[in-house]
Amino acid sequence: MSGVRVSVGTRKGAFVLSSDAKRERWEVSGPHFAGWEIYHMKGSPVDPNRLYASQSSSWFGQIIQRSDDGGKTWHQPGTPPGEPTTAPDGTPKGESNKFVYDTSPETGKPLTTHQWYDGTAHPWEFKRVWHLESSLTDPDTVYAGVEDAALFRSTDGAQSWQELAGLRGHGSGDKWAPGAGGMCLHTILLDPSNRERMFVAISSAGAFRSDDSGKTWRPINRGLHSLYIPDPTAEIGHCVHRIAMHRSRPGVLFMQKHWDVMRSDDGGESWQEVSGNLPTDFGFVIDVHAHEPNTIYVVPIKSDSEHFPPDGKLRVYRSRTGGNEWEALTKGLPQSDCYVNVLRDAMAVDSLDQCGVYFGTTGGQVYASADAGDSWAPIVRDLPPVVSVEVQVLP
Amino acid sequence: MIRITLPAHLRKLAQVDEEVRLDVKGPVTQRSVLDALETRYPMLRGTIRDHVTQQRRAFVRFFACGEDLSHELPDAPLPDPVATGAAPFMIVGAIAGG
Repeated sequence: MSGVRVSVGTRKGAFVLSSDAKRERWEVSGPHFAGWEIYHMKGSPVDPNRLYASQSSSWFGQIIQRSDDGGKTWHQPGTPPGEPTTAPDGTPKGESNKFVYDTSPETGKPLTTHQWYDGTAHPWEFKRVWHLESSLTDPDTVYAGVEDAALFRSTDGAQSWQELAGLRGHGSGDKWAPGAGGMCLHTILLDPSNRERMFVAISSAGAFRSDDSGKTWRPINRGLHSLYIPDPTAEIGHCVHRIAMHRSRPGVLFMQKHWDVMRSDDGGESWQEVSGNLPTDFGFVIDVHAHEPNTIYVVPIKSDSEHFPPDGKLRVYRSRTGGNEWEALTKGLPQSDCYVNVLRDAMAVDSLDQCGVYFGTTGGQVYASADAGDSWAPIVRDLPPVVSVEVQVLP
Repeated sequence: MIRITLPAHLRKLAQVDEEVRLDVKGPVTQRSVLDALETRYPMLRGTIRDHVTQQRRAFVRFFACGEDLSHELPDAPLPDPVATGAAPFMIVGAIAGG
């Protein structure tokens, strides 16, 4: 029988939650990398034992970890201890925690600044990896979305990283500005039907698309309306919190923006609001049912200053119509005195016949539904604040 | 033989239990000690000083012989007891506070 592995990143370490396909009894392992912030863990879709983890700290910076055995053991995939860090010809060997912005003349536009909070020019400074996205076809190829916002790629199993500098250099990068949480590239979507197409989202710049494997990029924010920027319909400057797609219909995108839930039916060329009857359209997560491309999930949060559910009731909202018409899913979730948040990378779905939905909270709970959201139960209740949740179905 | 003490998180990354002992060629300075440390333990590159600028990370400080050496020039000689191995070069992470 197949099983499920839920990889949970928290403020103080990583946890791996495992179950058989019934998803009733869970084993919890961890904390892995105790004491470190684990922004994200991601498994390869073509090799379920290959996992990548982003481990970071304000003290010691960014570490990339890799597991080749499904999370039992981990290693930093750069140069092993005791080996020289340069090859005999002088070229540097793998340094898995080295993320250096591309300022080479070959990129054409070696940007050196973006906008700071006060509108002044500020140099790009690498801080951490927010999101890792494994290639759909090659376990050794993985993408990293980083703060300050940029996209990196490794083709050697995360031993070394190169920036896809066409994103920062496409023309608007010098106008990007951070939100209060930093200027992060937090979403990477790879189109399963077109290997050259990919989408990213940046807070607070917006969404961007490449149609040539990440070489060149353009903003795809037409239709977004953000009252917190001087021009509410500007080409960039929108605080996109998360975008999601269904692999069978990659031209349809769903977005949870700072405020507003949005939908695009043309690969991001234009967006329409589908917030409909949500109690609030602020939130962070959005995800799509594994088998029903028009069924989507969000967790409404009261406001951008009150990062908790309205009325102290933790409710997932599901739309079976691709937006606009939403139903509250409450069975098994706390319906009083609940003031947790659900961060942007903290929801995932599994691909079992009865789609499982998972999300983690800043209160340390990880909730699971084995019936597409109809009912919920906590897998764990008392982890450190949850930053990210990912799911793999194991053979 | 130079002795280096590391914060717990870096000891774990480097997979060492106790203080690190290294031979350093030439003058014993912050730079030469850190270069030797990172050569022996490549996974520590970027964790103590920035990959590109080589600046000490903001929450990391250097001490030896009861002195704060964090703001000394990278090529300034370290105290003789560090150079002879009588005293450790201490790499210290800031207290988390709270």
